Amino acid sequence: MKLTLKIWRQANATAKGSMKTYPIEDIEGDMSFLEMLDVLNEDLINKGEEPVVFDHDCREGICGSCSLQINGEPHGPDRLVTTCQLHMRMFNDGDTIVIEPFRAKAFPVIKDLMVDRSSFDRIQQAGGYVSVNTSGNTIDANATPVQKENADDAFYAATCIGCGACVAACKNASAMLFTSAKVSQYALLPQGQVEAATRVLNMVEQMDKEGFGNCTNTGACEIECPKGISLENIARMNREYLKASLQG
Amino acid sequence: MGILSASIAKKVAMALSGLFLVFFLAQHFTINLSSVIDPETFNNWSHFMGTNGLVQFVLQPVLILGVIFHFVMGIVLEIQNRNARAISYKSYKGSKNSTWASRNMIISGLVILAFLGLHFYDFWVPEIVYKYVDVKEAVEDRYFIELVHKFESPVRTGLYCLAFVLLMFHLWHGFASSFQSVGFNNKYSKALQGFTKLYAILIPAGFIFIALYHHFNQLPH
Ligand code: SF4
Ligand code: FES
Repeated sequence: MKLTLKIWRQANATAKGSMKTYPIEDIEGDMSFLEMLDVLNEDLINKGEEPVVFDHDCREGICGSCSLQINGEPHGPDRLVTTCQLHMRMFNDGDTIVIEPFRAKAFPVIKDLMVDRSSFDRIQQAGGYVSVNTSGNTIDANATPVQKENADDAFYAATCIGCGACVAACKNASAMLFTSAKVSQYALLPQGQVEAATRVLNMVEQMDKEGFGNCTNTGACEIECPKGISLENIARMNREYLKASLQG
Repeated sequence: MGILSASIAKKVAMALSGLFLVFFLAQHFTINLSSVIDPETFNNWSHFMGTNGLVQFVLQPVLILGVIFHFVMGIVLEIQNRNARAISYKSYKGSKNSTWASRNMIISGLVILAFLGLHFYDFWVPEIVYKYVDVKEAVEDRYFIELVHKFESPVRTGLYCLAFVLLMFHLWHGFASSFQSVGFNNKYSKALQGFTKLYAILIPAGFIFIALYHHFNQLPH
């Protein structure tokens, strides 16, 4: 296939960026979107130009580092896949593809298509953990029975890879889906109860501090999330938050 | 903003004030509907609402504060949310993942707010002047005639209908959304959503019907 790429180029965090157009040829449907960008970068390097910077690591949909707003949607037009899992067969010969970084005040651009998502790390650090005594008498996790449905829901919440597509898709750049997945993962398990109240309060406080927008329940996050994280998690976080606030 | 500084606190406050207004709307609709069925009932109810102390001096101020809170908060949220994405996308396909109604609550909301301005000017202000400024005598059967007169103008009737269409959109997203905001999302949510969507269509459609009914059924001169 022959394609026209319109890519956001920005030299560094403070530079003013702009969209640049690149024609590209010999793209096959079996290539992943990132492989297509590899082809472009090889081309650019051969011509002595600066390659396009983008985030990636595992290239199999588990690390959450690939991002990219592709034709107006995070991770592109396909559902339940990350950018690295997106196949070029989703596009047609002659298409123009617009590629932008995930946009949010809390995700500043580092260079080109790479953004700084450390705001997510700080939300995690604010409470996304359980304290376990490791002094030698650690309790086996399996010794604590967990109801099947709760175990399943906690597991699904835990499949969030922290990619940030929820923020990128949201018209308010809200991080509620991510944060709620991290809160839910523990709220559903007995091991998470000890710190339940402080966890949700601290994580939401950190989320607000980072400058994410307010959730207005458009549901865009759930649709665009590569892991299918459900809006039920947001409702659960709202409940947990109310409960924790009322406890004082 | 104190306790309303946290995003979830704002969200819950928005939902609760919205639910309160939805409840009020049903009550308002019921009274209006009586004007189509039986003018006398409409006059009786209107007279009661207009003269009852509890309604006038407790419920009415609460309602007005509720409306003000809801739209001030809506505007604050909109500003904060716009700031959360300082640089906007060149290409953004919101229609692929969300409804128009959900993404444009500020637009439907502002239209409804403008309508409320007109509505207050039409009914509330004359009513307050009549009762508390001119202190005229209570006439129990004036309400129906006043109401029908208002709908003589095709422009006003048209503006009312337009606002009700936008109200439909606002309720379509807002009513269901408020349950999610207060943390209600379980096996009953589907049924509840069905109810909210039905409500979102039927109540504004009913208001449109009433406005058109009075427009086309003028009093004999
Ligand atoms: S909730 Fe989904 S979209 Fe958001 S960070 Fe987690 S995996 Fe990515
Ligand atoms: S590169 Fe790891 S999820 Fe895409």
